[in-house]
Amino acid sequence: MKRIYAKGKSILDEGVNCGKTSGLPKIISIKGLRKSFDGNEVLKGIDLEIDEGEVVSVIGPSGSGKSTLARCMCRLEKIDGGTVTLSGVEITSGVHDNGDIARLVGMIFQQFNLYPHLTVLRNITLSPVHVLGIPPGEAREQARELLAQVGLEDKADARPGQLSGGQQQRVAIARALAMKPRIMLFDEPTSALDPELVGEVLEVMARLARSGMTMMVITHEMGFAREVSDRVVFMDDGNIVESSAPAELLANPSQARTRQFLQRLLAGPGKAGSGVSAYGF
Amino acid sequence: MGFDFSLVIPRMGMFIAGAMVTIEASMLSIFFGAVLGIIVGILRVAPLKPVKMAAACYIYVIRGTPALIQLFFIYFGLPALGINLSAMASGVIGLSLNSAGYVGEIVRGGIEAVSRGQWEAGKVLGMSYLKSMRFVILPQALRNMLPAFGNEFVTLVKESSLLSTLAITELTQVGQQVRSVTYASFETFIIVGAMYLVMTTIATMGLRYVEKKWSVA
Ligand SMILES: Nc1ncnc2c1ncn2[C@@H]1O[C@H](COP(=O)(O)OP(=O)(O)OP(=O)(O)O)[C@@H](O)[C@H]1O
Ligand SMILES: [Mg+2]
Repeated sequence: MKRIYAKGKSILDEGVNCGKTSGLPKIISIKGLRKSFDGNEVLKGIDLEIDEGEVVSVIGPSGSGKSTLARCMCRLEKIDGGTVTLSGVEITSGVHDNGDIARLVGMIFQQFNLYPHLTVLRNITLSPVHVLGIPPGEAREQARELLAQVGLEDKADARPGQLSGGQQQRVAIARALAMKPRIMLFDEPTSALDPELVGEVLEVMARLARSGMTMMVITHEMGFAREVSDRVVFMDDGNIVESSAPAELLANPSQARTRQFLQRLLAGPGKAGSGVSAYGF
Repeated sequence: MGFDFSLVIPRMGMFIAGAMVTIEASMLSIFFGAVLGIIVGILRVAPLKPVKMAAACYIYVIRGTPALIQLFFIYFGLPALGINLSAMASGVIGLSLNSAGYVGEIVRGGIEAVSRGQWEAGKVLGMSYLKSMRFVILPQALRNMLPAFGNEFVTLVKESSLLSTLAITELTQVGQQVRSVTYASFETFIIVGAMYLVMTTIATMGLRYVEKKWSVA
């Protein structure tokens, strides 16, 4: 895995502003976001702002609306109220096509969702060629470069089914990056992986974070939340309960509900707690 | 009682000519039926209610009426509307339209069997509904559908015997002609049956091969 830390500018860094951004408009601005499923309100007016280059981990109990929030941010769900503005673009206004949105935001799924009938390389080049209109040769070149950066240059011609879960998720990350999005969303990217494969994916994500990518990561990996993210957001029952620096939120949560959640996470057996300090970032 | 193939064997040329017509009609119908059926199947799952309903109606009518009546309608019925088609054209169109109904239903099932995550991946990677369908969903659906497709092709080869009723000299019609001059009914239809079996076997084996080559790793 050492090679993915290679020095120098890479595609991962391109177009991403690594500088201080406090005075600039937020790259992610969510206001009063509401979402219901058949009368059941799952997001109850979410307000969330994220700076360019910021890495935010989202934690919270099952069913609290974390996935729904991420899905509303890439138009996989229609929203019932409020606004989602990414890089100044109000994505739910209805005037933007899927290609416009894909240039703004990439999404990584728990189940990878690679295209099983295509090679790894074609998985990555499909949208650049058919959505962005990049010439195929150029797209392949870029795809190989991205594969090298996630440590999989030798898997270009493999089918997803021939790869381990960790390798599949790294391909999924390369595939999303090929659209050159300004924001990356991750919905429990390592929850479907065998424990021994979690590290390689988190490592790629940590590197992406260091390259200056704006990231929102829904995760149960507390090690990642603490050591890679700039901020941790705790969600419960369709609300953001608390949002602060990882050291603060994880060590001294100000809300009782956050405290309860963290205590259960640390005490309880099972995979939810397995990430704590397991990966030395 | 013994069987006497001596009257039938000299007419082997007729059987082969008939089989060629059967193959020609079947291949054309399989091709047009598949193309049309894929379109029907895609429309059947379209995110537009009227389109979806129209495709559903088509499938409903085709599957709910005998293929023979569909053929009669085109060959004997359409001239009443001023549309005169040759027997072969009527036959191929009839079988294609018929097959499209069944293929449409197979395609619908195949598309619906592709996981929602594939649609979602296509969408967040910027593809429109049609692009996702074309590059992501349909290729997977077609691979999943190959066995069902194979059954439909074999069915179609057999159903092409209905064309004999339109006086097309395909294999079944040849059988009837040979029988009526030789009276060797048993021998004639043994040969006709065997030739159908050879054709369906080859079709099945061909599809197995394609299935293997195409299967998702
Ligand atoms: N498509 C849907 N239809 C109906 N209800 C849904 C749908 N998607 C999510 N929900 C409901 O919305 C609520 C929030 O779901 P969501 O998946 O956002 O939670 P989560 O925080 O991601 O949970 P987990 O940690 O288990 O992934 C849950 O009660 C869930 O049952
Ligand atoms: Mg979730």
